[in-house]
Amino acid sequence: MNNQALKELLYKMADDQLILGHRNSEWTGMGPLLEEDIAFSSMAQDKIGQSLALYTLLQELGERDPDTVAFTRSANQFHNCQLVELPNQEYDFSLIRHFLFDTAEALRFEMLSESSYEPLAQLARKIRGELRYHTLHANTWIKQLGTATPESIERLQKSLEYAMPFALGIFEPSPYENELISSNIFLGEENLKKRWMEKVESVISQTNLNLPDWNLVKPELGGRLGTHTAHLQPLLDEMSEVFKIDPTAEW
Amino acid sequence: MVSKEQILTWLEEVKDPEIPVLSLVDLGVITDVIINPDHVLVEMTPTFVGCPALDYMKLEVETLLKTKGIIPHVHVSFKKPWSSDLISEKGKAALKKYGLAPPPSNKVFTDLEILETAICPRCDGDNTEMKSPFGPTLCRALFYCHDCKEAFEQFKPL
Repeated sequence: MNNQALKELLYKMADDQLILGHRNSEWTGMGPLLEEDIAFSSMAQDKIGQSLALYTLLQELGERDPDTVAFTRSANQFHNCQLVELPNQEYDFSLIRHFLFDTAEALRFEMLSESSYEPLAQLARKIRGELRYHTLHANTWIKQLGTATPESIERLQKSLEYAMPFALGIFEPSPYENELISSNIFLGEENLKKRWMEKVESVISQTNLNLPDWNLVKPELGGRLGTHTAHLQPLLDEMSEVFKIDPTAEW
Repeated sequence: MVSKEQILTWLEEVKDPEIPVLSLVDLGVITDVIINPDHVLVEMTPTFVGCPALDYMKLEVETLLKTKGIIPHVHVSFKKPWSSDLISEKGKAALKKYGLAPPPSNKVFTDLEILETAICPRCDGDNTEMKSPFGPTLCRALFYCHDCKEAFEQFKPL
């Protein structure tokens, strides 16, 4: 088994969850409705907890402890896709990002439930159940707001078009795609992307929204290789601020 | 040498920190107890991966077993993942008595509409409405009873 391939997979998954978990937590106290505030706060806790479990798997493979990994790396050392680091902006963008990302994540963990790397398969079987609440939430709101008023439809449509190139960056191929597939650790980004596109189409077809033509969208890539937007470093600075006051403190 | 049954009986004294009427055994998070010559291995699994109470519960298990003269090794594992169906009947009754609606079977977990029904733990009525599938902790959803005119929480099916 190729440890490099496995570690690269775990890092990008954990980084996605940590960064999106942080963005989700930025809705705490700011949500448009109390129930939505609680929803994003709860999903933030789920995501950050799941990233901790993934960083713990990495630690068992010889990487450093989760706190060091989460709070001391700089932006160019992170492997999250650019989609998750974008600021929350208004609720329409956050909901669209939530829908596009969580649909992919749920499918990814479903696929990983059959991974040949048993610790990851076990964790995936656990996480896929929890993610059902996330996708139910996203699907409910996209369907509601995607059929509600001209304003809600227009807002979601604009956000969908803006987010789509970044969403395709989720599936940026890893340098180790072939190893992951041939060793049955993971069936690969292409496979995941196909399943994701079907799922996205099936939800969007129940709304008044229009999916951009898959062939015409130019993916925003680079996140998986450490190339990020200007938004990631300020996020990391804020997220690690308390930790960095005293990195050796016992919590 | 101590028996597995004795360990589990002792562990009924360790309660969920957020739900003091519910023991970790009834919650279903103690997944294995293995008696070794020089120590007892207790395997635990979190309800939700992000549950912040797990470290505290682990410490409570270690502390309790030490007071009984046992050397504990407590290990967190996902080998037998937690599901809400693992809450014992005794546990469900304790939840209801405490004012928390116990979870329905997790087999109904396919549609939001089905998730939306819960029996009020106070009046046993079904004139209830789900306010949100998310609540103050990862494991709880928010409901309202139109007969009691009071809110209540439900342990989420998972």
